[in-house]
Amino acid sequence: MTTLVCIKRVVDSSSEVVLTEDGQAVDGRYAGFTTSAHEECAVELAVQIGGEITVMTLGDADAVEQLRAALAVGCTAAVHVVADPQTFGPADVAREIAAVARDGGHDLVLLGNDAADSGDFQVGIRLAYELGWPVVNGVSTVSVADGVVTASGAGPDGHETYRVPLPAVVTVLEGGVEPRYPTVPGRMKAKKVAIDERRPTAEPTGPGRVRLLLPPPAPSDVQILGKGADAAPAVVDLLEQLGVLAR
Amino acid sequence: MANVPASAKVVVIGAGIVGNSLVHHLAELGWRDIVQLDKGALPNPGGSTGHASNFIFPVDHSREITDLTLDSVRQYKEMGVFTESGGFELARTEERMEELRRRMSSAKAWGIEAELVSPEFVKEKVPFIETDQFIGAFWTPSVGVVDSLRAGTIMREKALESGALTVVPTVEVVGLDVEDGRIRRVRTDGGDIEAEYVVIACGVWSPKIGDMAGISIPLTPAVHQMISVGPCPQLAEREGEISFPIIRDMDTFCYERQHGADMEVGSYAHRAILHEPEDIPSIEQAKLSPTEMPFTSDDFDPQLEQAYELMPELLGAEGAEMRYAINGLLSLTCDGNPILGESLVKGLWTAAAVWIKEGPGVGRAVAEWMTHGHSEIDVHHSDIARFHPHQMRREHTRLRTTESFIKTYGIIHPAEQYESDRDQRLSPMHAAQQKLGAMFFETAGWERPHWYESNAGLLEEYGDATMPREHEWDARWWSPIINAEHLQMREAAGVIDLSAFQVFDIEGPGALDTVQRTCVAQCDVAVGKVIYTPVLDAKGGFLSDLTVMRLGEDHFRVVTGGAHGRADLQWFGNQLTDDGTTITDRTDEVSTIGLWGPKARTILSALTDDDVSDEGFGFLTCREITVGGVSVLASRISYVGELGWELYVAMDDAAALWDTLLETGADHGAVPVGIGVYGTTGRIEKGYRAFGYELDSERSIVEAGMQRPKVKAADFVGREAYLAQRDAPVQSVLCTLVVDDHTSASGVKRYMLGGEPILTRSGEPLTDGHGHHPYVTTAGSAPSLGKHVLLAYLPPAEASIGNQLAVSYMEELYPVTVGSVDATALLDPTNDRIR
Repeated sequence: MTTLVCIKRVVDSSSEVVLTEDGQAVDGRYAGFTTSAHEECAVELAVQIGGEITVMTLGDADAVEQLRAALAVGCTAAVHVVADPQTFGPADVAREIAAVARDGGHDLVLLGNDAADSGDFQVGIRLAYELGWPVVNGVSTVSVADGVVTASGAGPDGHETYRVPLPAVVTVLEGGVEPRYPTVPGRMKAKKVAIDERRPTAEPTGPGRVRLLLPPPAPSDVQILGKGADAAPAVVDLLEQLGVLAR
Repeated sequence: MANVPASAKVVVIGAGIVGNSLVHHLAELGWRDIVQLDKGALPNPGGSTGHASNFIFPVDHSREITDLTLDSVRQYKEMGVFTESGGFELARTEERMEELRRRMSSAKAWGIEAELVSPEFVKEKVPFIETDQFIGAFWTPSVGVVDSLRAGTIMREKALESGALTVVPTVEVVGLDVEDGRIRRVRTDGGDIEAEYVVIACGVWSPKIGDMAGISIPLTPAVHQMISVGPCPQLAEREGEISFPIIRDMDTFCYERQHGADMEVGSYAHRAILHEPEDIPSIEQAKLSPTEMPFTSDDFDPQLEQAYELMPELLGAEGAEMRYAINGLLSLTCDGNPILGESLVKGLWTAAAVWIKEGPGVGRAVAEWMTHGHSEIDVHHSDIARFHPHQMRREHTRLRTTESFIKTYGIIHPAEQYESDRDQRLSPMHAAQQKLGAMFFETAGWERPHWYESNAGLLEEYGDATMPREHEWDARWWSPIINAEHLQMREAAGVIDLSAFQVFDIEGPGALDTVQRTCVAQCDVAVGKVIYTPVLDAKGGFLSDLTVMRLGEDHFRVVTGGAHGRADLQWFGNQLTDDGTTITDRTDEVSTIGLWGPKARTILSALTDDDVSDEGFGFLTCREITVGGVSVLASRISYVGELGWELYVAMDDAAALWDTLLETGADHGAVPVGIGVYGTTGRIEKGYRAFGYELDSERSIVEAGMQRPKVKAADFVGREAYLAQRDAPVQSVLCTLVVDDHTSASGVKRYMLGGEPILTRSGEPLTDGHGHHPYVTTAGSAPSLGKHVLLAYLPPAEASIGNQLAVSYMEELYPVTVGSVDATALLDPTNDRIR
């Protein structure tokens, strides 16, 4: 049983999002870079499933940082398709992952549901199509037993559980598992893993992106309920309203 | 965004540890109508205080930093936010052990309990440490951690309670208005505030705020990486934030500090990662806080491994994860000291580049300074006025801090020179000096020959009289050639480049009043007289000692050392009378060449038609003469105890004069002589004091043994205090000591370099009337005496000629004897040589 888990180096978007001047990407100068939250959960699920876990990314030289972070929490090998991710569209990325998946003989490919920066929601399905494998999208827990993947998550009508045979593609939504932090020995081990560097298999057809735009700032819904002790009744009302306190 | 008051007596910008401490101390000292601003929210507005590791190791080689730290610890304790943990500084190498022995000297000198201990001793207190990783440690029981955010809140609230303070958070300063050289108003996004005083206490943002008023606050935001690993069961089983001593792993530039169940590992080992203040993210843009930048793990990985080797069981414990990791921003300066004091804009003060360990002490010192014009603790090394123009460039700060960052835990020789951004100020003789094999040391950006390899031939001539040093550390940044040059100068003559002197002219109707009010010595003298004088603050402490020449009825020239020259320039500028009297910096127009030695008159006579006999050119007089066809202002004075002159010459003519003096001098045995002689050996044989060594604002004329029989009638700054000091019993006495035996236990002869504690013969500590312990202020060879000489302030009871004491050097005692208890020189006490 070997798992391929796919991650992308993205700007940490937990603070204010700043775009680059050309509008083609999110500017990571201040917030720094990370792995998309969905993908961190995919890595965690892969580690919980166990066995050999290859982490892969398509990205520039700096993306090694994210590969090492995944190695530090339990992935056992890493593949780096060295390319400028901005010039690669979802179809390009799916093609590259498929090549790695075939080459490595992986049984299960885990991805994030969508990347935190581009949010295209496409790679998982395109990958499954390319490989001719079943795909389950948008789940938050995954387990494997006897050659069958059990994946479940919230659906429009309640909790949904799918069972598909291996090999399979699963895209993960955050929320089902708590990604672990690296340990010191894990980090030291990760540093020593040789990363398999590869060239892309074909020229990219491109993302087809015109430019990114920031939505207008959300209107502030801050209300001052009062100051000091005078605010207490209003706070109690609100807590009751929210159901935190019983009426 | 909040609205600010329309006016204030003083606006303090910043609510980190420094701003909070400052508003508290200003309120304590009676200031009212204080407004404190911060662009962040309280209590943690997002600056460096918010992510500080908050531990304090009190021992530093610098007395100033140690005193600020000790004062801060006292204040933290009073506020109940200090937890004593003890701390170890580990040595992995013998070289580091020697540095820890030197650290013991500083601990003893500053009166801080410390001990050198074995790895087993460390293991007893820190059971999860691997003893095979290090060979010994420096144990300071008084190390501890503080809650700096809580301390800031307590101090701010005290000021609020007293009614002295209005605090306005979440308001950003967008401009500072300066009118007629004075700060007038602070512009913010919440309105403008008219203010008489403004203090920039903005940590890493200070340069950006300073720029708004056109002043340079030369610090750079720099990354200090830190991770937090936990929960560690070994830590979790003990209650409280910290119950194990803090470890500083000096040779890996790392520290390990317990924080509850987590172990924080911090590093100064990575490459210097510097930022520009303008590039720090806003509060909205920042993921954590503006000064907690994204962690760059690659930079930290090597340290992680070293930390793991030291504490594998703890850092590798089951369940212990790296839960927090930042590139924390802190402030660095080109010389490692804070930036405090009034800027060139009147009323605009600075208090920046301060660490948690100094914060409350700095707050008190700056508040006192703003109130009285001086502080109890001497902070002249931190005075913003110290910066020369080349040091105000961001490039300089960047280059120097890049070089010094890696030395945060480094072993730094007291004479060590920077390598980066050198050659900023070259004397006209520089090219000639290079040919002479000059070893250049830097002062105030000037490249000054410390000695000349061209004089190496003198070593043979003088032999053992050059007092060669056997130990590499003692001889580092030193050469016996210095002593050979010294002997040759005393034998014949020496020519010394003194271009680094800060020279400025005070001219106009109030010139006499200005110098009279600034200087202790009588300056109402005949034109052509030279005056050596202390300059005091109002409490009677030294601000400087310098020479003044009266060049005309309304024209005085001040000559002072380069290192502290900018501060002197600013101080005199502040004393100017308001009647069109001007102060003009001549430093870059005038070069100075010294000519001293028994042959000095012969040499000068050969080059001038002017009368330079004792009758024709008396001691402490100056006048224009022509030397070798070049017009010079000659001043008969000496800092090396020899007959001779300082020759002030236009920069353009200096190289020619230098060549002429050396050429003609050579016939009489004159050689080029470096600052090694001028700054140390020449002066200490004569007991001459130096500002920054023997003299600072905590020292008085009386204690320095420099009082004259009379005090001039004219008023001057510090006069009242000085008169009182003359009548009061002295608490300490500056003495000259001679080392009787240099032989160490290993048989190698050792030579002290300065900073060492003076103890009784049997090694017991001494304490003066101030509660201070004597330490060596200057150490150096006295080749004409064949002795190694030390200067130190001793308790009055110990200040008697012949008294036998000891100096502790690298943890061994060496016998010393008091040779002089006032300014009386050990060499030529009757000053015959100067005539």
